[in-house]
Amino acid sequence: MAYSDKVVDHYSNPRNVGQMDKTLDEVGTGLVGAPECGDVMRLQIRVNPETQVIEDAKFKTFGCGSAIASSSLATEWVKGKTIAEALAISNTDIVKELALPPVKIHCSVLAEDAIRAAIGDWKKKNHVAETEGAVAVAH
Amino acid sequence: MSDIALNGLVISESATPLPEGVTLPIYMDNHATTPMDPRVLEAMLPYFGKIFGNAASRNHQFGWEAEQAVDKAREQVAKLIGASAKEIIFTSGATESNNLAIKGIAEMYREKGNHIITQTTEHKAVLDTCKKLEKMGYRVTYLEVQADGLISMDDLKAAMTPDTILVSIMFANNEIGVIQPVEEIGKLCHERGVIFHTDGVQAVGKIPVDVQKMNIDVLSLTAHKIYGPKGVGALYVRRRNPRVQITEQINGGGHERGMRSGTLNVPGIVGLGAACEIAGAEMEAEAKRQTELRDYLKAKFENALDYVHVNGNMEHHLPGNLNMSFVYVEGESLLMGINDVAVSSGSACTSATLEPSYVLKALGLGDDVAHSSIRFGLGRFNNKAEVDYVSDKIIHVVKHLREMSPLYEMVKEGIDLSKIEWAAH
Repeated sequence: MAYSDKVVDHYSNPRNVGQMDKTLDEVGTGLVGAPECGDVMRLQIRVNPETQVIEDAKFKTFGCGSAIASSSLATEWVKGKTIAEALAISNTDIVKELALPPVKIHCSVLAEDAIRAAIGDWKKKNHVAETEGAVAVAH
Repeated sequence: MSDIALNGLVISESATPLPEGVTLPIYMDNHATTPMDPRVLEAMLPYFGKIFGNAASRNHQFGWEAEQAVDKAREQVAKLIGASAKEIIFTSGATESNNLAIKGIAEMYREKGNHIITQTTEHKAVLDTCKKLEKMGYRVTYLEVQADGLISMDDLKAAMTPDTILVSIMFANNEIGVIQPVEEIGKLCHERGVIFHTDGVQAVGKIPVDVQKMNIDVLSLTAHKIYGPKGVGALYVRRRNPRVQITEQINGGGHERGMRSGTLNVPGIVGLGAACEIAGAEMEAEAKRQTELRDYLKAKFENALDYVHVNGNMEHHLPGNLNMSFVYVEGESLLMGINDVAVSSGSACTSATLEPSYVLKALGLGDDVAHSSIRFGLGRFNNKAEVDYVSDKIIHVVKHLREMSPLYEMVKEGIDLSKIEWAAH
């Protein structure tokens, strides 16, 4: 199967590979997928509690090249965004950017799920209501 | 992470000179098909030109020459498997041979019984043929294999009933390379008066196959797995002790003693014959050479990497086969990093089903491990320099993909992956 140049680039030079201390309050961790499905993504974000801006993001992915590229791209995109802005990233944006073929759309869905799971985890830790978005947390 | 870029995808563009004996891309997928041996091609060429006759034309020289060539090839094929020339039927390949054998026997012996025994790790050409017969009212037992890929003789014995007419068990598996206890199976079948068919596609020409000694009644083989052309194969059908009859599946001019009508593919048949002769003459030395290369490849992985394991029994194993799981690395991503090397992955991630190899699953491997498996198929034209190149590259890519793998990290931290509640998708 032919991969797009962007998929090849992310696969060859993945951005933001790594791990953050998931016990920290400012770190949100999303672990999605399952080994038996051939895809597991872990996406982590470090959020500034004052501004709700995602200041750093890390990922590790077990999966095909498209899955690696989708999660690598997701970390690039969420960095510098507020929680609300990050939640607006949709899998179709990833499909478009990486020119994923139909059989690889599930990789982009998984990356979107990973972003949402990481944000959900951070919100839970920081007692931010699930529905709350960009609007400043009461402080 | 730039190491992957340096040693992975873009290596073919790098200025580093390749080691002697290595030309990219490297073909190491010889279970799928093999390159034609130049000697085979040479034998075939006249039959695309001057010697173009129809082997069934009995009344002129053009036909006689073609027939002579076919007769010679029939001898060459028969000799390789210990058969007599009259027992060889030429077909379009192993899929047709398997269809003809199983459907032809089922139809011929319908009065005697309606039960067929096969195994779960057969090639689809056998499995799908059996499924078709099930729809037609036959009963099929699909024997499970043991963790090493071999069937248990006790299971086979237990599955046999007075209604059993056919046992179809492949000689050697195309994915994991294990060699079934064919001789024992044949013996049991003959004791019970059951016909024994074996799909010999991966075995013939690679390891000794003797239909007499092994009590094989019907055997499928094909040219393109033994450095011959695609589109031609053969079916061996025993003529005595016992005489096996097969109902033809293609009707027409009564070629191949009525068992397979259709004008003979003379150039292809000549190629199959030549391929058989070369394979027979070189088998012993070649099997030894490939076994050494294979063991060297295996040792390199085992010495350099943790969490690797071999799939399938290694004692009863094809010389050129190595099926290895690189756990915590997904197969397709591994293949992507070695895109100048042709091997196969146990992962079918590109298909819509996301189902990994049914053969690996039949061994009891979890889907995650099956997804991490690579099949290496060494062949006549692979050399040690290529084995070094491929293994070094894979070791490198595996290490870097594992740096990216959350599973590998968790296992290294002592987390039991089976205890995690995964959000399956």
